[in-house]
Amino acid sequence: MNQPLMVTAAQKAGPTVTTLVGGLVLLVLLALPLLSLLPADSPFQVSAYTLTLVGKILCYAIVALALDLVWGYAGRLSLGHGLFFALGGYAMGMYLMRQASGDELPAFMTFLSWTELPWYWVGTQHFWWAMCLVVLAPGLLALVFGFFAFRSRIKGVYFSIMTQALTFAGMLLFFRNETGFGGNNGFTNFRSILGFGITEPGTRAALFFATVLLLVVSLFLGWKLARSKFGRVLTALRDAENRLMFCGYDPRGFKLFVWVLSAVLCGLAGALYVPQVGIINPGEMSPTNSIEAAVWVALGGRGTLIGPLLGAGVVNGMKSWFTVAFPEYWLFFLGALFIIVTLYLPKGVIGLLKKKADQ
Amino acid sequence: MLEPILDPNKDAGSSRDAISFGQRVEPGLNTRHGTILTLEDISVSFDGFKALNNLNLYIGVGELRCIIGPNGAGKTTMMDVITGKTRPSEGQAWFGETLDLRQMSEVQIAQAGIGRKFQKPTVFEALSVFENLELAQKTDKSVWASLRATLSGEQKDRIGEVLHTIRLSGSAHRPAGLLSHGQKQFLEIGMLLVQDPQLLLLDEPVAGMTDAETEFTAELFKSLAGKHSLMVVEHDMGFVGSIADHVTVLHQGSVLAEGSLEQVQADERVIEVYLGR
Amino acid sequence: MPTALYRVIVALLLLLPLAVHADDARDFAAANNSQQATLLQSWAAQPAPARVELINSLQQGQLTVDGQTKTLRLNNRLRGLIDTALASHQLLASDPKLRLSAAQHLQKSASPAQLSFLDRQLAGETDSDVHTALSLALANLQLVDPDPAVRLAAVRLLGETGEPLARTRLETLLQPGVETDATVHTAAETSLSQVKRKLMIGDLLGQAFSGLSLGSILLLAALGLAITFGLLGVINMAHGEMLMLGAYSTYCVQLLFQRFAPGAIEFYPLLALPVAFFVTAAVGMVLERTIIRHLYGRPLETLLATWGISLILIQLVRVLFGAQNVEVANPAWLSGGLQVLPNLVLPYNRLVIIVFALAVVVLTWLLLNKTRLGLNVRAVTQNRNMAACCGVPTGRVDMLAFGLGSGIAGLGGVALSQVGNVGPDLGQGYIIDSFLVVVLGGVGQLAGTVYAAFGLGIANKILEPQIGAVLGKILILGLIILFIQKRPQGLFALKGRVID
Repeated sequence: MNQPLMVTAAQKAGPTVTTLVGGLVLLVLLALPLLSLLPADSPFQVSAYTLTLVGKILCYAIVALALDLVWGYAGRLSLGHGLFFALGGYAMGMYLMRQASGDELPAFMTFLSWTELPWYWVGTQHFWWAMCLVVLAPGLLALVFGFFAFRSRIKGVYFSIMTQALTFAGMLLFFRNETGFGGNNGFTNFRSILGFGITEPGTRAALFFATVLLLVVSLFLGWKLARSKFGRVLTALRDAENRLMFCGYDPRGFKLFVWVLSAVLCGLAGALYVPQVGIINPGEMSPTNSIEAAVWVALGGRGTLIGPLLGAGVVNGMKSWFTVAFPEYWLFFLGALFIIVTLYLPKGVIGLLKKKADQ
Repeated sequence: MLEPILDPNKDAGSSRDAISFGQRVEPGLNTRHGTILTLEDISVSFDGFKALNNLNLYIGVGELRCIIGPNGAGKTTMMDVITGKTRPSEGQAWFGETLDLRQMSEVQIAQAGIGRKFQKPTVFEALSVFENLELAQKTDKSVWASLRATLSGEQKDRIGEVLHTIRLSGSAHRPAGLLSHGQKQFLEIGMLLVQDPQLLLLDEPVAGMTDAETEFTAELFKSLAGKHSLMVVEHDMGFVGSIADHVTVLHQGSVLAEGSLEQVQADERVIEVYLGR
Repeated sequence: MPTALYRVIVALLLLLPLAVHADDARDFAAANNSQQATLLQSWAAQPAPARVELINSLQQGQLTVDGQTKTLRLNNRLRGLIDTALASHQLLASDPKLRLSAAQHLQKSASPAQLSFLDRQLAGETDSDVHTALSLALANLQLVDPDPAVRLAAVRLLGETGEPLARTRLETLLQPGVETDATVHTAAETSLSQVKRKLMIGDLLGQAFSGLSLGSILLLAALGLAITFGLLGVINMAHGEMLMLGAYSTYCVQLLFQRFAPGAIEFYPLLALPVAFFVTAAVGMVLERTIIRHLYGRPLETLLATWGISLILIQLVRVLFGAQNVEVANPAWLSGGLQVLPNLVLPYNRLVIIVFALAVVVLTWLLLNKTRLGLNVRAVTQNRNMAACCGVPTGRVDMLAFGLGSGIAGLGGVALSQVGNVGPDLGQGYIIDSFLVVVLGGVGQLAGTVYAAFGLGIANKILEPQIGAVLGKILILGLIILFIQKRPQGLFALKGRVID
């Protein structure tokens, strides 16, 4: 790893090109929800399906960015980010369930013969508290796990395996009917959010806007971090943790900060994902999902800010095309992608472009 | 080039306030008896193998001490003990008169003013030379400070000064990973300088350097001594001869001989250890 | 065969007309459903040896009247009655094993009409096991006897057994309003606590055994991983799929035996072992040479690449064998179990797997510590460059070590196929647990892997009944994280100077 990963390929390729492409993409993203509001017979109308699909991919892009902060910059590969994503999603999902059921218990609870709301769901009928949970649940879990993991300097593959086991344990917990998380089916059949119908084109457009906003904010945050001394300490930590300690830095605080930040970003992405897609179930916590996020980052180029977004977009775009056109071959393709990226694209697509630009 | 941190002739209490460039100094380093590092009866064992065996070592304030010894004598383990990486199973380790090194974490020890250069040069390869020095520079190293940190003009000047000293001004913005082996050694020494420690531990600092570079390093160390305390582990006897007035020979985890280079070279036991029977 | 029993049988034979078989069959054929039920009940109450064949064929759903065989349509009630009648008849058999199983069946299903018959049989029974079983069956019936003295005796008798059935019977008796006699009621309470204590011992032993069994399975799953991770530093996420391939190899071997050597099908697992070993070892070696070789020293990359491999292998198996589970049957010598206590049966397949797992560990240890290959592997692990300088073909050693790790997983797959479902996702369920074993056990230490596997297995099974399987798993994960705080290098790790 001899290249300074701090410098994004975009910066190398020239700021004008980046600004142009970035601006164009942002413009398209902002135009999409507006176009979706056009009448159905208009030639420019964007279907609800397309809007949902792009919104979903944007949520994944935020996850990829969050994962990149801990993997690409701090050098800790988390295979458990799906858990944080799902926790945010579940907090939002419960709010939506309460919206749908009014003063009654949510439908799934009556169905699973619950008589009263368990303590952890108290207050979820209020939007503001649900939003607090979206941040707190993944944030606190990350804080506790990270505190212990970083204290004992669990690193490298050990850290990855631990995080994978964590999300696996979470999945088992949420699968159970008696834990109050809706079991196998999770939360679905949402009706409204803040009083607006969840399937209304206006609501969809607003949620989409919110997702774009979150993405832009995360990107800005990531950019600020990467440019700060904090970002340089993270890179130093990734490459020579011992040296950093002998320089007088306590690596634990740095790791914990970026780890919790990353988890919270994932939680927020999950909270925006659920109302758009209309369902959250424990499958989101399966280790497969989290490790798939790693390949988005690896494909795009870790240690860069644009790479993960690119990777998430490309892989998920391919996925939705494959699963319609050749569902049998998607796993072959995904598997091959994992292998090719690790063997031939250690720095991802961005690294490849950067190399091209350098020549 | 460097302003004095400690003047051994003065009372330790008053001189430390006059640290250069407005940097903080850790209060409470008491060197009243002129000893900056005290190792007493240190033993370390790895699964029954005694890497250090009742080691006693005292480094004076401003002293430049060379440590020599055959492979496996325990030189690196001793440095690990001082920097908190390895905990001794027995014995006492004091920094100054009051800081118990056994109770401190690696980070605390580094912040208290012990700097270390590894045997294999380790620099932050993905960062530029300038950024390496920036990270090492003595300042508030907490998470919050790092989030908001900007370099003051003074700090930039200081880094520039050190860059000049280690002759890397021209490569300030190159990634450290692209430096040659000798340049990395210098960069690491530079990182120690900006860290402004009171005790420097240097593990084979001239390995892989050209003769000219070695000579220059010797000059550098000699200029540092007096203001800082230095402990240099080295195999290159020419280098040791050019810098050290006081040499300690380690063998099988304890001190075999101590004195000037000529004295220890004349010592029967030292000859035996180095040449065999 | 006891002479008393002989006498009874001879007397019965003399009393009954010789054509009893033909008549019974005709009666049965002529009767409607409820008459058939009555008929069966009366047969159960007064069994005749000549009727055994008839009832046997009834159980198969066949009835032969005057040389003509027709197929019967039986409902569940009739089926149950036939089974009871058959058990009743089997009590007359000469084989004590048959009598024992019959008596055990009757413990659950005997009806009060059989009381006098059972009483007579008990008097003539000499085999002690059968005697106990029979007295229990009788005691069950006597609980509803109008005479309190008989009930008291029955209750006491039940108290001396450790049968789960005795507990339910006693509990029914102790329900309010069932037992009116105070003495019997008190005795029943004493007996119930006696039974419960005996059952608890059995339960605890059972938990310990299932812990050992889970541990042996974890060990088989994790051992190969410990080799590839510990010796080569490769995080093989496709390791679970090697288990899966091993299980599918077993399935294929079973199919081949069914087609070409149905007579020897009992022994297919024995052939499946080498087949699975070589198949998975070959797959492992090919993967090592083509992909993993390029990733040494980059553990996170091997993790991702091998995950990709695992996705491909899973999908490949789905395409070839279908997404459904395939059926791998236990051969006769692996089915059934060893009855240690009334509520503790040690299944043969699990016993064999425990022994097998230990044997694999011993073989692996011998291979690594006593052979040239093992020496080479250890040399490469410790200092690759130095080993290469000494003329160790490092590339080949890597390949063989990876093949060995995969092959052991294949052996594990054979074992897994005997205790669980075989499907394309088989490996996914084991990979996380096996990694935890390796992490806990410490890298490159066979002993650590063994202790960690059994430790985790037993901890899992002890926690499971207390707090449920899921919470147990989560708790164990928490404990492992805490444990790693204390010993970051696992249970067994060599200490030494940290090299930077």
